[in-house]
Amino acid sequence: MATHIQPSGIAAEGIAGETARPPVRRRRRIGSAFEIALLALLAVVMLFPVLWMLETAIKDTRDIYAVPAKVFNFGPTLEHLKDVFSPDSPVFSGFQNSVIVATASTIIATVLGVPAAWAYSRFPIPAKKDQLFFILSTRFMPPVVVVIPVFLMFRDLALLDTLQGLILVYAAFNLPFTIWMMKGFIDELPAEYEEAAMLDGYSRFEAFWRVTMPLLIPGIAATAVFALIFSWNEFVFSIFLITDPESRTAPAAIAGLIGGTTINWGLVAASAMVFALPVLLFAFLVRKHLVAGVTLGAVRR
Amino acid sequence: MTSAVVASGISKAFGDVTALDDLDLDIPEGAFFVLLGPSGAGKTTTLRVIAGLEKPDSGTVHLTGIDATGASPAERDLAMVFQSYALYPKQTAAANIASPLRARKLPKAEIDAQVQRVAELLHIEKLMERKPSQMSGGEMQRVALGRALVRNPRAFLMDEPLTNLDLKLRVEMRTELTRIHRSLGRTFLYVTNDQVEAMSMADYVAVLRAGRVQQVGSPTEIYDRPANRWVATFVGSPRMNLLPCTVNGRLDGTGWSLPNPGFGLEGDRPALLGVRSEDLSLDVRDESAALDGTVYAVEPLGDRTLVDVEIGDRRIVIKAPPTASLEIGQHVRASVDLDRIHLFDADTESAIARR
Amino acid sequence: MAEVLVKRLRKEFPDGTVAVEELNLEIADGELFVLLGPSGCGKTTTLRCIAGLEEETSGHIVIGDEVMSGLRPSQRDIAMVFQFYALYPHMTVRDNMAFPLRAAKRPASEVAERVDEAARMLRLEQFLDRRPSRLSGGEQQRVALGRAMVRHPKAFLMDEPLTNLDAELRADMRAELKHVQQRLSSTMIYVTHDQTEAMALGRRIAIMNNGRLEQLGAPMEVYARPATLFAARFIGSPPMNLIEAEVTNGHLTAAGGLKIAAPDGIKRGDRVIAGVRPERFTVSDSTSDPDAARGRVVSREALGDETIYVLETEAGLLNVRMPPTARFGEDQVVSVRHEGAAPPVYDPQSERLVGR
Repeated sequence: MATHIQPSGIAAEGIAGETARPPVRRRRRIGSAFEIALLALLAVVMLFPVLWMLETAIKDTRDIYAVPAKVFNFGPTLEHLKDVFSPDSPVFSGFQNSVIVATASTIIATVLGVPAAWAYSRFPIPAKKDQLFFILSTRFMPPVVVVIPVFLMFRDLALLDTLQGLILVYAAFNLPFTIWMMKGFIDELPAEYEEAAMLDGYSRFEAFWRVTMPLLIPGIAATAVFALIFSWNEFVFSIFLITDPESRTAPAAIAGLIGGTTINWGLVAASAMVFALPVLLFAFLVRKHLVAGVTLGAVRR
Repeated sequence: MTSAVVASGISKAFGDVTALDDLDLDIPEGAFFVLLGPSGAGKTTTLRVIAGLEKPDSGTVHLTGIDATGASPAERDLAMVFQSYALYPKQTAAANIASPLRARKLPKAEIDAQVQRVAELLHIEKLMERKPSQMSGGEMQRVALGRALVRNPRAFLMDEPLTNLDLKLRVEMRTELTRIHRSLGRTFLYVTNDQVEAMSMADYVAVLRAGRVQQVGSPTEIYDRPANRWVATFVGSPRMNLLPCTVNGRLDGTGWSLPNPGFGLEGDRPALLGVRSEDLSLDVRDESAALDGTVYAVEPLGDRTLVDVEIGDRRIVIKAPPTASLEIGQHVRASVDLDRIHLFDADTESAIARR
Repeated sequence: MAEVLVKRLRKEFPDGTVAVEELNLEIADGELFVLLGPSGCGKTTTLRCIAGLEEETSGHIVIGDEVMSGLRPSQRDIAMVFQFYALYPHMTVRDNMAFPLRAAKRPASEVAERVDEAARMLRLEQFLDRRPSRLSGGEQQRVALGRAMVRHPKAFLMDEPLTNLDAELRADMRAELKHVQQRLSSTMIYVTHDQTEAMALGRRIAIMNNGRLEQLGAPMEVYARPATLFAARFIGSPPMNLIEAEVTNGHLTAAGGLKIAAPDGIKRGDRVIAGVRPERFTVSDSTSDPDAARGRVVSREALGDETIYVLETEAGLLNVRMPPTARFGEDQVVSVRHEGAAPPVYDPQSERLVGR
């Protein structure tokens, strides 16, 4: 049975007498002044807290508390930023730990996830769709739901307060996502390249390594960045599983600054700014793939 | 003559779709062997099973007498040209062609020599440093061919390699492929759904339908002595005309009747008369073997004119000389070359032999 | 039905490409007129200008007695059939075919009558209550044709309607289309890149190349005497042999001693290109023919009802059509001679027909 029934766009052109609409392309409407004003207002509302935080990071402590609030008329200072990176800074070790944990968990998830995704893509595995759904389902629930069981397991395994423990948890959470995203990328590459390589005389693995891997680099990069962003921003497990200030990751360390009698808001803001920067940078790098990640699986190839 | 490839009893299903159904093939060494059939007939699957890219559910594959059913593609020493060419996108043409030799760890000097030889054979010397994205379809096809030819494999497998080319290029490449085949003398296993391609290139044709081999033979055999109605109508353009009839002393159909030139069929069995458009003539010599009809359409093609004629409730096509001049609605009489007609059993669809 | 006139049509796109240069066509009332050419030659653009889907840069279209400039497609009283059917998937065949009439608010009795008439003509009666997805490609194309027919338009515009069908179906639909067009005496403007289709269907063929008209004529005319080398290469399969030859005493002599009958009107000593159709050569194993040339068989295609030989000769590669019984093998050295009347000859510079 033929399936070539083109969408009605052409048929609606009016040539068969169906409609009286002329086949003229519409020009984009220039937004009305009201729409522009509304959007501008929304932008201000959304961005204001971020802007305020940025300003707080570079204001003198006095200016931070000034009333009325000083929006533009203050002298900037790098005091707080220096404090973030000073040897006795309460947040510096947090940043160090975050870097270690995020990098390690991403590497593990990628090294395990890419071959798994390749296997799912190339081989007829029994109950493949069910398996993949199960894998994806781990992302449906908020991490908070499993925090307590994990805490109890780690306590028994002496993994509490250790970076290794946290790396394991993050890798476990990143792995399903890595598999899903990479499978999408691998599906896009025709299996014929590998088949040609096998007929040339390479083993299956050699074929994958020589032919498919080079083409997957962009996909792996994008997936790794997503995993990095998740691990970097993760807060719940970090707070629950690590209480030792030396082993804390950055989010927990920054949160730890708030509390007690006086709060060093300048340091808090500066830390938050430094913390947000890598994520913004990486998100910018993978912006093209963000859409792919969201719609994966929804649209059949 | 030894067989390059023998496939026995191959069955393969994908889910609940049967791709191959107890298929047998015997491909003689050095032949240009064509697997012909419509899409979905199982030709590509057969090729892939022979190449080792698919595992059959049952059956064996023997390559020059050795059981290769369990062997990996690399071990089978076959070269394949894919329909999509499957050139490695990040490598130059030279690197693509050299790939099979590099996989076998041949010394660089020898690799370069072989690549050069193939480049000259296919006239693609100037493409060597280009990447696939910088080549046209025809150029990619030659590089893909080069990658297969650079080795000396047991056999060459080709999966509809000319389908994606435009007509002119396709006709050129056909001639070139047959020329290469003749000069190499190696076994070529070629898959296509284009019966003109099969007829013009093949030493032998295996006609496939729904995973089974319908008939194997030379192009002339398939054309002149089709084993069943399906092969008869698949090969030959325009399609063979089929008219339902009953056989007794004569062949009787709706609105026509012909003498029985010796077909052995008992009683009033329902049958199908098959006659090719070139075996009908508007120049009626023998009134006793003629069909009467009305002209439905006249199609002048330059070197011939096709006349569509309604006979009873059916329509047939007659190949007439280019000067034929007829009007639609006109009554015509066409004589039938009784030596060249076919008869098929209406139920089994097999060809009925002459006594 | 009406005649269609294309007057000095020119279409230039915003990026500067000139799709149609200056086209003049007179399509008679009730004629099946074919626009033939390779992709990019301007045939589809011309059709779209006639339809009103594209606006001409200059020149105008006349359908019947009315000038069409400024009129939208729906106002031109024409019907178009596309390569991709464009049927409404959620409607039955009957509703698809009735749609244009219902949209024009025709009375129900008239709608029913016209739909039944078209269904009868196209043998669609049994499919009237089915949805398009349950029909084969050929059946869908017939429905598309039926939907166009019910409007009794002044002209039908067909944009490669058969290209999407497989070969077998295409041959059937071709005959059917020709039959229906002749029975209805409809004016039909048919665009295709397939020269076989053009030859089989057209009463006249307009061969286009790079936005210009190369030749306009009846199929047999265009086949026997192509006006330019482009037309000569385009029409006919296998393609016409184009052989360089010199005009000698009473005939043309090509390299290797091949002699070809010469037309009138060319001077002795002229260098021309002779266009010889494959069926005008014969191959034999004679060794003593003074008018023949020697050649080596490069390829032999046994197609069942004929055998096509490609011969390597001093005059170049020649395609020769022989009966199926011809038994010359590959690499065999044979003799090839020209048979019959003088072929069309071309000037190598202008690439146009000369002589007679």
